[in-house]
Amino acid sequence: MTLRLTRRSALLGAGGILAGGLSAPAIAQRAPIRLGGLATLEGPFATGGQDGFRCIQMELERINSTAGGRRIELIRESSNAQADVALARARKLIEQDNVDMILGPLSGAEGIALRDYSRTLTGKTIVNGSSGASDTTLRNPSPNFFRFSTDGTQWMAGLGNHVYRTMGVREVAIVAGDYAFPYAQVFGFNIEFCRAGGKVTHYWAPLGTTDFGSQIAQINRSDVGALVVVHGGTDGLAFMTQYAQAGGNKPLVAGSIMADQSMLSARGPHRRVMTGMISAGPIADVIDDPMWREFVERYRRRWLNEGGFQSPSIHGVNYTTNLMGILHALNAVDGDLSGNQVAFQRALAAAAFKAPTGAEVKLDHNRQAISDIFVNRIEERDGRAQVVAFARANAINQTLGTPEAQFLALGAPSRDNPGCVPAAS
Amino acid sequence: MHDRVILWSLLGVVLMLLAPWGLLQVLPVNQAQFWTANILGRGIVFGIIAMSLTFLATYGGFISLAQMMIAGVAGYTVAVFVDGAVPRIVGGFGYAVAIPLGLLAATVMGLIVGAISVRTRDIYLLMITLALAMGVFRFIETNIAWFNGYEGIRNVVGPGVFGFDFRNAYVFYYIALATAAALYFGVLYLVRSPFGLVLQGIRDNPRRVAALGYAVGLHRIAAFGVAGFIAGCGGVLATIYNIGISPGSIGLGASVNVLIMSVIGGLGHPLGAFMGSLVFTFFDTFAASIYDRERFNTLIGVVFLAIVLLSPDGLLGAGKRLRRLLGGANAPRP
Repeated sequence: MTLRLTRRSALLGAGGILAGGLSAPAIAQRAPIRLGGLATLEGPFATGGQDGFRCIQMELERINSTAGGRRIELIRESSNAQADVALARARKLIEQDNVDMILGPLSGAEGIALRDYSRTLTGKTIVNGSSGASDTTLRNPSPNFFRFSTDGTQWMAGLGNHVYRTMGVREVAIVAGDYAFPYAQVFGFNIEFCRAGGKVTHYWAPLGTTDFGSQIAQINRSDVGALVVVHGGTDGLAFMTQYAQAGGNKPLVAGSIMADQSMLSARGPHRRVMTGMISAGPIADVIDDPMWREFVERYRRRWLNEGGFQSPSIHGVNYTTNLMGILHALNAVDGDLSGNQVAFQRALAAAAFKAPTGAEVKLDHNRQAISDIFVNRIEERDGRAQVVAFARANAINQTLGTPEAQFLALGAPSRDNPGCVPAAS
Repeated sequence: MHDRVILWSLLGVVLMLLAPWGLLQVLPVNQAQFWTANILGRGIVFGIIAMSLTFLATYGGFISLAQMMIAGVAGYTVAVFVDGAVPRIVGGFGYAVAIPLGLLAATVMGLIVGAISVRTRDIYLLMITLALAMGVFRFIETNIAWFNGYEGIRNVVGPGVFGFDFRNAYVFYYIALATAAALYFGVLYLVRSPFGLVLQGIRDNPRRVAALGYAVGLHRIAAFGVAGFIAGCGGVLATIYNIGISPGSIGLGASVNVLIMSVIGGLGHPLGAFMGSLVFTFFDTFAASIYDRERFNTLIGVVFLAIVLLSPDGLLGAGKRLRRLLGGANAPRP
């Protein structure tokens, strides 16, 4: 019995190895452009990665998979939001699948790993997917890495000024997760709010905290004018639920992944306090822009019955924006990737276009997007809570308008360096 | 028996030495390079880490889930001390200092794991080593000042070796191969030394060994120290291969992957670690090409299940069965 099965297993193994045998791609002048798509189909951001691929596919279908007169062939790869896995997949795409460029990855640490890898390449380009760590392009940028989407610090642009000037709040409490992404977001808020003259108190909690009781008690006792919540996912839900149950009634301001459909569609007491919450980010559910309305309409038609969301996710929009950058450059050079992609990369750097949200996009000298950020409010519309953009901060760069040398001198965001520096007088 | 194993192992090393040349004959240059560095090279590096587990399991009877964490300790030590890493934590040292420091740290961590778990066996040993691995993982993930938290430390590009650049696929491959071969034969030598024989005695009957006057606990701790050193070598190579290290490299998934490699290969001999890691790396890389991209983990799972079900002692056991089936005469002893 065992022996027979063993022989079969040997055959199985041999079959697998044969199936892995790979053919060399033919290189011809008008051969298809090979585009490697890298997103997370496993791990904590799997839903975001799926939506990224949905939006890529939708955009490619719209242009009939052709740009600059050449067909585009998409080769998908999946990572699990870990840097080393993303790196292994990127290596496979470049070296084994022989792609011309990679569109990806999705999360912060992956982005930094791929930025480092891109530096070792010649004649290949990596265009970001949805990763949002500032340092990917701000410090030690790579000439082969382009990002048409904005980073976590940029996403908070306009919020600090809104809270200080429009809401007239002089002192806030910030509750935030104790890791890199919230650091960047808090940094972005503080840059504006403290420069305007505001005062902040920080309450940090590690990722995965479930009991915020003592923090909420302190906040409710203090006389701050507003509460800024920079949590996301289950932490954000736990905080808001407990805050609502504790009878919290301060005006609420939130980070970019807090005011999100995943939070708003969950049931519980948090929904009562979240109505009217102010936030900022690169997208909203409702943006008064014909381009965005058309995009959402198209997305819903294509994907609502195939597992898509009510409205495209932040990751989907970021992947689309970056893909649009690639297509723009391909059209500009007429599909010509010769000469180690020098002309193509120059066209990428010079690309200027409108993202699906209607935001203008162009790149700075570090090949990082300068784009528009929306200031949003949560409102009840059509019987459900939606994130509605009511203001737009135009052409936000990576240093939020601070001269780059001065911004770099502030150091990288961390809990000891939350970016709260008063205006130099 | 032993001499034949050495002979076969030497043959294996020669095969691996020639493999890059062979790949160049059948594949285009860039694909041959990909296979050399990212299938064979990566397989060997993780094989070293898996071998540290196999060494403990085969000769001591200890299954440790902490080996990937210990490898990570070596990687992080190098990343913290070496010049050029981003962000700069301590810096200021060359690879000639940082790598030995990393190996030292891994050995010490191995000894610590051994000392903490010295009184546990079986499932309890598994749990306590898993707890230690997860503890260190969480500590590193949340510590910004020393380990840069979730994003980890990047740009560990590796040293130049005799004027060759470590980033060259072939340089990396042959260094990994040489390290693996040295450690492999080192393990084969060690288990025939008095220390190794006592270790195997402990595996079979710790009380009797204690009654003979040997310090069972000390031998166990020392074995974990040796395994720590082996894992450390793998960890340093993996960190340089990945151009840096982040907590994901030593998390639960990574720790379990090392166990899977060992089980696929078979826990009966250190050779199994390398066979398992090569098979694992192959499927990890190509599963998405062979099977549906959104469900390729299913294929990896099925392959693992198939191997474990059909041959509980892994590929090594399958090989033995195949030989018994074909030859009959040379049936190996159990």
